[in-house]
Amino acid sequence: MKYVNEYRDGALARDIAAAIAAEVRPDRTYAFMEFCGGHTHAISRYGVEDLLPANLRMIHGPGCPVCVLPVGRIDDAILLARRPGVTLCTYADLMRVPASKSASLLKAKADGADIRMIYSPLDAVRIAEAEPDRQVVFFAIGFETTTPPTAVALKTAEAKGLTNFSVFCNHVLTPVAMRAILDTPPAQGEPPIAIEGFVGPAHVSTIIGMEPYREFAENDRKPVVIAGFEPLDVMQAILMLVRQVNEQRSEVENQYIRAVTQAGNATAQAICEEYFEIRENFEWRGLGVLAASALKLRDKYARFDAEQRFAVTTVHADDNPACECGSILRGQKKPAECKLFGTVCTPETPMGSCMVSSEGACAAHWAYGRFREHQARSATSLLPVS
Amino acid sequence: MNRHSPAKTYRRKLDLKHGRVDMSHGAGGRAMADLITGIFRAAFANEWLDQGNDQASFPTPAGGRMVMTTDGYVVSPLFFPGGDIGSLAVHGTINDVAMAGARPLYLSASFIIEEGFPFSDLKRIADSMGRAAAEAGVPVVTGDTKVVERGKADGVFIATAGIGTVPDGIVLSGDRAVPGDVVLISGSLGDHGVAIMSCRANLEFETAILSDSAALHDLVAAMIAAAGPHLRLLRDPTRGGLAATLNELAHQSGVGFRIDEDAIPVKPQVAAACELLGLDPLFVANEGKLVAVVAPEGADALLAAMRAHGLGREAAVIGSVVEDDQRFVQMTTSFGGGRIVDWLSGEQLPRIC
Repeated sequence: MKYVNEYRDGALARDIAAAIAAEVRPDRTYAFMEFCGGHTHAISRYGVEDLLPANLRMIHGPGCPVCVLPVGRIDDAILLARRPGVTLCTYADLMRVPASKSASLLKAKADGADIRMIYSPLDAVRIAEAEPDRQVVFFAIGFETTTPPTAVALKTAEAKGLTNFSVFCNHVLTPVAMRAILDTPPAQGEPPIAIEGFVGPAHVSTIIGMEPYREFAENDRKPVVIAGFEPLDVMQAILMLVRQVNEQRSEVENQYIRAVTQAGNATAQAICEEYFEIRENFEWRGLGVLAASALKLRDKYARFDAEQRFAVTTVHADDNPACECGSILRGQKKPAECKLFGTVCTPETPMGSCMVSSEGACAAHWAYGRFREHQARSATSLLPVS
Repeated sequence: MNRHSPAKTYRRKLDLKHGRVDMSHGAGGRAMADLITGIFRAAFANEWLDQGNDQASFPTPAGGRMVMTTDGYVVSPLFFPGGDIGSLAVHGTINDVAMAGARPLYLSASFIIEEGFPFSDLKRIADSMGRAAAEAGVPVVTGDTKVVERGKADGVFIATAGIGTVPDGIVLSGDRAVPGDVVLISGSLGDHGVAIMSCRANLEFETAILSDSAALHDLVAAMIAAAGPHLRLLRDPTRGGLAATLNELAHQSGVGFRIDEDAIPVKPQVAAACELLGLDPLFVANEGKLVAVVAPEGADALLAAMRAHGLGREAAVIGSVVEDDQRFVQMTTSFGGGRIVDWLSGEQLPRIC
């Protein structure tokens, strides 16, 4: 695959790994957060951890839209799907996410609800057009990257004069979540936040540009290096972060110059501005209720708003009290330190947000990295007993 | 399930009172294993079923050993690049017989047809089935036909069964891998799944990829001739792909696997399509490939025999069996790091076979 394999080259990876190893100072540790699930996935999928020095730790952030969606909103979607005459269109990765009382969209479908898996919001518009007797609801989730396609779907439905299409909007905003991670005080007995810098979002930054991250670099002294989703991108961004820390700089740098510009995508920003406005409050799984952290449809498009059309009132649902997702997302705990990890909480039966999608910190560690704990343990047990 | 299977600790029991079958129960992953264990194994309990292979192997009253298998085909669409539901129903069942090292002898075919299904399509499917059976030299000798009301099926579903005889001295079973054994694959991964995806509604994309659907019994015979008793086991990585197959085998044999990503053959077009669709070729279905585990002393002869056969030209050694009480399938990535290749959670592609 041309233009992809180049960014997965093992020989180049070893060169960057050697540069990182040479530049990290042995007398200190480094801790960086990759905000996006896409980066978490690349790190786990390609075994990047094995190429990093022992005193450099990556903390897996909350940038996985499926993971941060609160259980109450899945409950809402199931209720919508169960309404007579309603067809709910959703991306496939939401199907298995557990809702309250161990329900899920997958089970609701097995129970007779009309739920269809789609690949693009425009598929939902096409279904609405082809089946005028059905009320077609698109279950919209995601960060700034997936908001413009939802806006395009709304624009298309408007142009076609569809009256049976609506959007259940759950679009959320990246910088607000990064702010929340830095500002949430540690729980009692927890050490202060360890994050010294961010590997900044790839696709999100193609839309919003570099400016929104300036506050973290300037006010919080946390360097941000925007990076692509390929493993070499991540490695190079880590090297750039190490250099910033060593040189006591904190800047917003752009490793992903092949896609991200300073100002971002003005066309995408404009269409989102047209259809969406900031929601007063929105609950994030693992992070709690964050002010001005999500989008809703503007009043003039209320006719396309599923929450208004079907009078949705979200009821908060608690996660398992033993779930450590909050601490894991803030970098204070590692997945394997949670009592539920790998016992009752697995990708088949996720209890908390980080286990829900393959981009979540716990699911990625479970699916790709859990052998490391066993290796560490058996290495210890092999030590000579004297 | 093996004695110390760690899979057991995180399994949840089926909710037999209120639970319902959902699509994940047919996806070849853990949910399906739970369904089989919780309902079918419990109901049928016998030593042959407990072998846990894709076929049962048993002694016949007249002497010698036979194998028997059955498989249902619900692929959508019915016609796809490189095959159709008819040829698939012949190849898939022949392969399940062949994976026990057996020579397939006879097939049965049962058709469940939806009211309104065109004769022309049914004839096309039956003709393709007949051709596939004739080419393989394994005739369809009995069958059954049922018609259900419109909407109660999707065009046509086919169930085939197959029987065969096992040569003396050959015992192939999923529980026979031991640390030190060599793991081989007969060719490139993911062709079938990608060919099916390329003609799915909403997803049509142009590709030259054909399904790899093929009967593997002749390749198996050549492999047995070359490696004989050194051959420990064979399995065809269908639903769930190579990843599911190796995980099943790890649990059945009570071992781990260590494989090398660079050694695993994947066609560039398949890799590109998987990239586009967010799939991993290791999890995508195959219908004309097999995984072989062989004692190290038989590995060279086996690889040579596979490569000399038309269906094994791209055969490769992809890794080895290791001791591992966690039953992990570990992979060295092309990037140079390590990772697990786990079972797939949930469904990746429904109705691919």
